[in-house]
Amino acid sequence: MAPPGTEPVIIVEGLTARYGEVTILQDVSFEVRRGERFMILGGSGCGKSTLLKHMIGLLRPHAGRVIINGIDITRADEGTLHRVRSRLGVLFQADALFGSMSLAENVALPLAEYTDLPPELIREIVRMKLGLVNLAGYENHMPSELSGGMRKRAGLARAMALDPMFLFFDEPWAGLDPVTAAELDILIRSLNEGTGTTMVFVTQELASIFSLAQRVIMLHRDVKGIIARGAPQELRASSTDPRVNHFFNRRAD
Amino acid sequence: MAAMNHSGYRMTVEGTAGEEASIRLAGRLALEDLRPLMAELRAIPERMKPRRIALDVSGVEYLDSAGALALIKMEILCGSLGIPFELLGVSEKDHGLLRLIDREAQLRPPLRPESERSDIVAKLGDRARRQYRDVLEIMSFVGELVAALAFCLAHPRTVRWEEVKFYMKRAGADGLPIVALISLLLGLIMAFMSSLQLKQFGANLYVANLVTIAMVRELGPIMTAILVAGRSGSAFAAEIGTMVVNDEVNALVTMGFDPVRFLAVPKVLAAMIVVPILTVYADVFAMLGGLIVGVTGLDLTAFTYIQQTKASIRVFDFATSLAKAVVFAMLISGIGCQRGFQVRGGAEGVGTSTTSAVVSAIFLIIVADSAFAIMLHYVRQ
Repeated sequence: MAPPGTEPVIIVEGLTARYGEVTILQDVSFEVRRGERFMILGGSGCGKSTLLKHMIGLLRPHAGRVIINGIDITRADEGTLHRVRSRLGVLFQADALFGSMSLAENVALPLAEYTDLPPELIREIVRMKLGLVNLAGYENHMPSELSGGMRKRAGLARAMALDPMFLFFDEPWAGLDPVTAAELDILIRSLNEGTGTTMVFVTQELASIFSLAQRVIMLHRDVKGIIARGAPQELRASSTDPRVNHFFNRRAD
Repeated sequence: MAAMNHSGYRMTVEGTAGEEASIRLAGRLALEDLRPLMAELRAIPERMKPRRIALDVSGVEYLDSAGALALIKMEILCGSLGIPFELLGVSEKDHGLLRLIDREAQLRPPLRPESERSDIVAKLGDRARRQYRDVLEIMSFVGELVAALAFCLAHPRTVRWEEVKFYMKRAGADGLPIVALISLLLGLIMAFMSSLQLKQFGANLYVANLVTIAMVRELGPIMTAILVAGRSGSAFAAEIGTMVVNDEVNALVTMGFDPVRFLAVPKVLAAMIVVPILTVYADVFAMLGGLIVGVTGLDLTAFTYIQQTKASIRVFDFATSLAKAVVFAMLISGIGCQRGFQVRGGAEGVGTSTTSAVVSAIFLIIVADSAFAIMLHYVRQ
C-alpha cells in the first residue's frame, strides 16, 4: 500500500456532463488521493453539484469515466454500484434526515440494511456514532427538534454509519452560523485524521476552504471545467487568473 | 490455549484461569465481524476469571470504528468487573480512531427515554384534545374563508381570476373523462340490474325513470363529489401543504397577502363553478348508459327512452342537485385547503394531510347529503 496522501483512490477522467442538450462540464479530469480533504470550488452554476452527483453515481456522464477504488462506476452494473455505494457516505446540503424517524433510527437504517447485526449491537454502534459527532444522548430526538448545526452533525453520523472509505459533503456549511461552522470544521478535521476517511467537499465557504482543504480544484462556468488546482493558500497568493483571484479574495468580478 | 479462525480476524488467548490473560488480536477488526468478536471478547473475563487482562493488537491490519468500539467495550467491561485492563501495540493511526470514541458517551443514558409509553386514558385524552383542537381550527378556517369569500364578492377585481381559470381546468376539464366514464358505467349497471327485475313485470320502460331519478337526486352529485375529492381535494391539500413546509406561505404573509384569500379563494371558487357542471355531465352520461341498455337489451327505441326520461325529471330535482353540488364543492375545496394549511413538519406531514383531506371531504359529503335528504323531503311536500 502506498503511503497515505499519494495513492489516487478516486479518478475522474475526461468527464462530460450534459442535461439534455446543455453541456455543464466538458472533459474534466482530476484525482483524489487516499485520506485527503479535497474540495471542489466554484461560483454558483459552475457545475460543482453536478460533478458531485456524477462522482457518487447518481448521474451517469455523457462521456468519460469515474473510477472509485479501481471500479469504473460509470459502466458498473447495479450490483457493483450497490457495493461501491455501501463504501460511500454522503452528507447532503439539506441534511436529508428522515423526518419521521428519530436520530437513532436514522443512523441505524444503513446498519440494518447492510449488516446482519442484532438490534442491541446496532444500538451500541449508533450510540458510538452519535458520540463521534458530539450528539451522545440524542438518540430518541426527532430531527425537527434539533438546531441546524445539530442536524448537520446527525446527517454526518448517518453518512458514517458503515465506516465509509469516502465521505462526500455537499455544501455542509450552508446556513450555519460562523461559530457552528467553525465547530463543524474542527469535527470534520478530527474525524478525517482519526478515521483516515477520504473526504470530498463541494463548497464556496472561504473560511472553511482555508482551514480544511488540502487540495482544491476550481470550476468555472465559462470553460465548463477546471480553471485552477492546488492548495488554496497557494492559489490565493500566486494565481494570476483574475477569476481565481477574485474568488479567493472575495471580490466582485 | 485457544485459537479461532474467522473470516476477518484471528484471536489467541493465553494464560491460566485466575491469573493473567493475554489476548492477541490480528487481521481485520471490522463491522462485518463485530458480532463474534464482541461475543468472544466478552466471554473471556467470565470464563477465565483473570486478575489482569492484556490485549495485544499489534497484529491488526485494519481497524474500523466498529472494531474500535469492541475494544473500548472490553475496556469498559473490565473496568466494571474491577479487572485491570491494558491495550498494547496500538498503531499511530488506530490510536487516533480510539481517541475519537467518547467512552463516557457509551455509558450515558439517552436524554429522553425511547418512547413515551402512555396508558390508555392518557392516549384517549390526548386524542380527544387533538380532535377538539382540530374542530376549533376548522371553525376558525371556515370563518376566515367565509370572510375572504365575502370580501371577494364585494371586490371581484381582487380575485385572481387567472388562478381560478387554471384550477377550473385542473379540477373540471381534466376530471371530465373519469367522471364521464364512471357515470356511464354506473348508468349501464343500474339499468341492467333493474331491468332484470322490471322485465318480470313488463315494466321495462320504468328503467328510464329509475336511472334518471336515482342519478339526478342522489348519485350524480355524490359520485362527482367523491371523484373531485379524490382528484382535486387531495391536490389542493398537497399543494398548500408543500408551500407551508417550504415557508412559501410565510413569505406570502410577510409580503402582506392574506394566504386564505390568495391561495384558498381561487380554488374554492373554481370548484364551486366546475363541480355543478361536472354533475350535469355525470347525470347525462348515466342516462346515456341507461339508454344503451334500454335500446340494446329491452327493445325500447331511443325516442321512447328519452321521452320517458324527460317525463320523470322535475326542474326542482335538477335545481337541488346543482345546489348540492355547489355545497359539496365548497366542502371539498375548503377542507382540502384547510388540511394543507394545517401541515406541520416535512414530507410526512404533507402525506397525512392529503389523506385526511380526502377522508374528511368524503365524510362531510355524506353528512351534508343526509341533511339535504331530510330537508328536501319536507320542502318537496
